Amino acid sequence: MSFSITLTVNEVARTVTLDDPRVTLLDLLRERLDLTGTKKGCDRGQCGACTVLVDGRRINSCLALAISHDGAQIRTIEGLAKGDELHPVQAAFIAHDGFQCGFCTPGQIMSAVGLIEEAQAGADPERVREGMSGNLCRCAAYAGITRAVLDAQERMAGAGRKDAA
Amino acid sequence: MKTFDYVRPATIPEAVAAASAPGAAYLAAGTNLVDLMKGGIAQPGRLVDIGHLPGLDRIEHMPDGGVRIGALVRNADLAYDRDFARRFPAVAEALLSGASPQLRNAATVGGNLMQRTRCAYFYDLASACNKREPGSGCDALGGENRLHAVLGWSESCIATHPSDFCVPLVALNATVEIEGAAGRREVPVESFHRLPDGHPERDSVLEPGELITGVRLPAEAAGFAGHARYLKVRERTSYAFAVVSAVAALRIEDGAIAEARIALGGVALKPWRVRDAEASLADARPDAPAFREAARIALADARPSGENGFKIELARRIVTRALTLAAAGTPDRVPALPASPFAPVPGELSHV
Repeated sequence: MSFSITLTVNEVARTVTLDDPRVTLLDLLRERLDLTGTKKGCDRGQCGACTVLVDGRRINSCLALAISHDGAQIRTIEGLAKGDELHPVQAAFIAHDGFQCGFCTPGQIMSAVGLIEEAQAGADPERVREGMSGNLCRCAAYAGITRAVLDAQERMAGAGRKDAA
Repeated sequence: MKTFDYVRPATIPEAVAAASAPGAAYLAAGTNLVDLMKGGIAQPGRLVDIGHLPGLDRIEHMPDGGVRIGALVRNADLAYDRDFARRFPAVAEALLSGASPQLRNAATVGGNLMQRTRCAYFYDLASACNKREPGSGCDALGGENRLHAVLGWSESCIATHPSDFCVPLVALNATVEIEGAAGRREVPVESFHRLPDGHPERDSVLEPGELITGVRLPAEAAGFAGHARYLKVRERTSYAFAVVSAVAALRIEDGAIAEARIALGGVALKPWRVRDAEASLADARPDAPAFREAARIALADARPSGENGFKIELARRIVTRALTLAAAGTPDRVPALPASPFAPVPGELSHV
């Protein structure tokens, strides 16, 4: 049995034929669409490395079956920068040393973009830390990550660029 | 992962018919089920994807003051619904103390009720587990069991129910709407989950094919909004299941407790409501001796199932503290660290 699904990934419509219903959204992005920026860490919903935005919301793509997301709008790390111009969250992670090895970084950044979009944390560092608790960093760059998220959020609000998320 | 047939029904009757076949399971977000399937713990032969069913994603405030929450409402959407959080603040706090933001964005209300225990022996296919494989035994007994049940357990299963959301639901008399081949029925959340009682493989009272379509909270549950808290001890600050949790909800009139609601999480195979403890607070002044006595009554039947005797005293203290926080008043906004035991406690109980 094969299934054809259509996803809009980083604003491009992609139709994929699946010959197996077990494919996760994470594996579809990496193996079928060559979008390997989204990382496979634990593959069990515990580390957050696979975080992407689905219909504007951050989720763990490792626990999402691709077949059940037919028609969804997906945004991945590859869809953030505009050419050579980094997204404000990407720029802030560099400015604040929000990573060391970098493996968790795409998930951290997508989670941060989602968090800023959700607008629940505000400028409270404790709420930002709690709001980023679904993303583990084994290098423990957490202090830089928190500063990066707060800084990016402020810049995006200041620039009136909420829609950039 | 074992392969499966994938079915996407368009209506609830189609879903019920498709899921009535042996080996079928409903799929919503899959945040627990897909994990269980990856580990081989769940091996459904057919997944019935209800994620696209219409009409199940609404939060409806009813004319009688109650609220109906569709089964496909996401945990985050419910917790951040302003009207809902204002009227049922302990439910919002419990939701926000659970899992991670990514999981709460995906996981559904119905799925939260259906999530399975996180007992490590249930997850480990090399271990005996009566819940996973009836009759195989329970390796948690005599194993690593410091987080296991202290109430309602049996030799057949000492696991706990992992939900935070369900703890305030049982305290607030919530009900579950269920659709099945025989029609619709409604069950109190308190009666929905089963204790081990000879059939630990059955988590709930659902019959094959039955589908949760919604959860209802009655109007009277909003009467506790001014004094309602959820408190949860975790082994790390955030993003962990409860070692012990408790909800406390009070109606205070003229300085005395008119009505109290108390339930515990992480202590049994179902969310554990303690009516005797609630009754002990009726007409009492909301003070430390009354709260300590209620906590003592709440845990009166508790006994260790292994190396977890500490949970009994911990649960007493969490009940006492949750009552103290509830009496002090619901904060205007869910705290930055929801349900955290690290938050300061007002008054004389600050060292409890």
